[in-house]
Amino acid sequence: MALDNKPLDAKTQAAVALHRFGFGPRAGSLASIGSDARGAILAELDRPNAGQISDSDLLTSGEAARAAFNFRQERKADRLAQRAEREMAQNEANKAAQAAKEFAAKEAQASAPKTDVPAMEAAKPAAAQPAKADPGPGIPQQIFFEEAKARFDSALNAEIGFAERLVWFWSNHFCVSADKVRPVAGAFEREAIRPHVLGNFADMLMAVESHPAMLFYLDNARSIGPNSVAGKRQGKGLNENLGREILELHTLGARSGYSQDDVTNFAKVITGWTITPAKEPERGGEFNFNDRMHEPGAQTVLAKNYDDTGHEQGRSVLLALARHPETAKHIARKLARHFVADDPPQALIDRLAKRFADTKGDLKEVSKALVLAPEAWDAPRTKLKKPSEWTVASMRACGLALSDIRRIINTLNLLGEPLWRPPAPKGFSDENAAWLDGLPQRLDIANQLARRVGGLVDPEEIADAALGPLASPETRQALSRAESRPQALALLLMAPEFLRR
Amino acid sequence: MLHAPSRRELLLGSGSLFAWAYLPKLALAEGRDPRLLVIVLRGALDGLATVAPVGDPDWIRLRGDKALLLDGATPALPLDSFFALNPAMANLYRLYQAKQVAIVHAVATPYRERSHFDGQDVLESGLAKPGAVDTGWLNRALGTLEAADRAQAKPTNKPQNAFAVGPVTPLVVRGSAPVMSWTPPRLPPAADDTVMRLLDLYNHTDPQLARVIQERMGLAAIAKAGGMGQTPPGKAPGGGAAQVRAYFEEAAGAAAKFLARPDGPRIGALSFDGWDTHADEGAASGRLSSLLGALDGAIGAVESGMGDAWKETVVAVITEFGRTARINGTEGTDHGTATVALLAGGALKGGRVIADWPGVSEAALYEKRDLKATTDLRAVLKGLLKDHVRVSDKALASVVFPGSADIKPMTGLVG
Repeated sequence: MALDNKPLDAKTQAAVALHRFGFGPRAGSLASIGSDARGAILAELDRPNAGQISDSDLLTSGEAARAAFNFRQERKADRLAQRAEREMAQNEANKAAQAAKEFAAKEAQASAPKTDVPAMEAAKPAAAQPAKADPGPGIPQQIFFEEAKARFDSALNAEIGFAERLVWFWSNHFCVSADKVRPVAGAFEREAIRPHVLGNFADMLMAVESHPAMLFYLDNARSIGPNSVAGKRQGKGLNENLGREILELHTLGARSGYSQDDVTNFAKVITGWTITPAKEPERGGEFNFNDRMHEPGAQTVLAKNYDDTGHEQGRSVLLALARHPETAKHIARKLARHFVADDPPQALIDRLAKRFADTKGDLKEVSKALVLAPEAWDAPRTKLKKPSEWTVASMRACGLALSDIRRIINTLNLLGEPLWRPPAPKGFSDENAAWLDGLPQRLDIANQLARRVGGLVDPEEIADAALGPLASPETRQALSRAESRPQALALLLMAPEFLRR
Repeated sequence: MLHAPSRRELLLGSGSLFAWAYLPKLALAEGRDPRLLVIVLRGALDGLATVAPVGDPDWIRLRGDKALLLDGATPALPLDSFFALNPAMANLYRLYQAKQVAIVHAVATPYRERSHFDGQDVLESGLAKPGAVDTGWLNRALGTLEAADRAQAKPTNKPQNAFAVGPVTPLVVRGSAPVMSWTPPRLPPAADDTVMRLLDLYNHTDPQLARVIQERMGLAAIAKAGGMGQTPPGKAPGGGAAQVRAYFEEAAGAAAKFLARPDGPRIGALSFDGWDTHADEGAASGRLSSLLGALDGAIGAVESGMGDAWKETVVAVITEFGRTARINGTEGTDHGTATVALLAGGALKGGRVIADWPGVSEAALYEKRDLKATTDLRAVLKGLLKDHVRVSDKALASVVFPGSADIKPMTGLVG
């Protein structure tokens, strides 16, 4: 590994561009980048629809929520019908068993040594239910698969993939969990994240915090102002979850100076930000500002007073948070940590934070600043690719297209980064320590991939295409000495230069 | 991609049976119903550690305390006055005594370099030189056979086109003749060998990753003991000797059951990995001993899986090349030249080691390091294809092994 700080030649820059800022090379990627790696990355950001998915077949979150609701209703009706049937059959069987028992008792009286076996047999058919046919994945799962497929298609087919990597970064920053919002987890990313990855942070923040997936995931949909119409009537109240996580995770960052009062007051501000019930055929599952749940009155957040302007009150606080200097620092640090190093150079953080502040959160400008920063290129390539990045990079290196999305989903489950299912609202870790333990599982996956394609490819060609100048002599030697092509390919996917970026 | 069907789906290749979907008409017309199973050992088998020339005066000097001997700590099994079999291969020994095993020694393909990839290409393509090729000799042989009937048995001919890249059919059976495939449900254990290579790479380039691999996979023990059997259970990703053995046996046994069925395929191929024993070879007890034991178990499983059809069966075990005659600096062997081909089956005229023995003195070694090849593997394979499944001389010399007219089929192997 090149751990020194020599200036990088053009070829090495192309390889770094692909691994650090993209999803790793496909065949021919290194050559097509040419001599200006930075320019190639930036050009990707200027493409029309960069970071977007244009698939009109994918459902909006509202459509998905309603489809899932209808599906569950049908399932429920089926279950009820089946239960009624079972109970009827059980009654019949009990009668038969009773009759057989009585018969056996009579027989036993007639000829002493007989047993009651017939009675037990008679009762059997009722116990053994015919195996139900597998109904296949339900609607929520089907929607989830479709969304997952669209996401990984984008990553696998990207030239370099910087815009997609930004999508993944922001999606993890503003994560929701499919465990709670399965049918809309994908739509959330498409609707709240993608349109803004190269837009303004404030717009993304608004879109995210008013998205039904987030409102449901962090419980704001049921948060009720204690003094609101609904609060007074139902005796229910505030849920601080979303308010706190917006401050701690989405904007300012932990320990950045806000108080419990700020959290409580902010939570009050966003009461009424809720979801139309999914059973409503028109707008079910969509965002709704419900004035009757909204805490009336002015609130103070971070020493600033906000009049009660209804829905607008929350938007005003979010805008202030988006423009807060602590938010700029927090986002800058996270971006630098994700793309460059666990402990990124302070100069890089400062540079990105300044750009964020100067442009009022223009994320395209901040992303450009990252690509143009010398620190982002000089840093040693020590960062372990996350399992999802490594999986996509491996498939790209092997020339594999997406066939069955379940395979990728299972892979990510195994590697500890289940798709759209982070362990907590903080998202998946962006530090090496979290992913080192999964190395044996990666080897398992590498072996499987290699068995799948390894006999058909030339490992040296793949090493040239996937690592180029990054390949160490030791790695090249290990590949050339492998006992078979599949083994060479597995070693390549597990080589430090391929695991790290 | 682990557990459940999804992981299994991926495991195509090693241990999978690939078989021709037909029955050979000509042989059937003679009242025979021959079976041929080709097992490719990838990584280069050490022929001298498999069948040792214990009668050669230079043998002990050559291998020193690593030489298998009739009176060693684990005594080799005497085959004749000159050769002895590795003690891990009890099934093969029993079959040898029943005249159902023939061993060809000092045999090699025409390839004389030492790259696994190219060597395997030559072994499987049937061509004299490595290079771009997309069909294998077994498939081309099938293409010349007239088919009597289509096999109905599972392996189903359900196409595997559900995969982005289809199953990796070994080159030896790739080609235009239709081939079915079947993969055992058990997972092949992740090769300890791959882990050791990775560890070696990390040790040289990335201490942090090396530490993780060592700690998480409990490999310190293996590295020290040098044998697969030393893997603490549940620590390594898979590869204990027992697991390897179970996997080989299951794959081979199931393959045999397919070939045995009246409506099943007749000609198939399997491959097993892991034979590249550069360090701590462990011929008598250790890694190679475990692998040979697993291979021996696989042959036993073919025998029992075949049932009555065993008497019409030939199993040919072949590898890309042999290993250095001497032990290297890490108690292993490096890439070499000649090795053994193991032939087993009730159809064989067995009970013999077939060798034009070159000797293992300094002067006799090829390039002063390898066992010299005195028999062309193509002659052996041509002999089997001709006499067992009735591929014509002409097809053998032009289509199956192009440009091999000078290499005469070995006669009298079966019958």
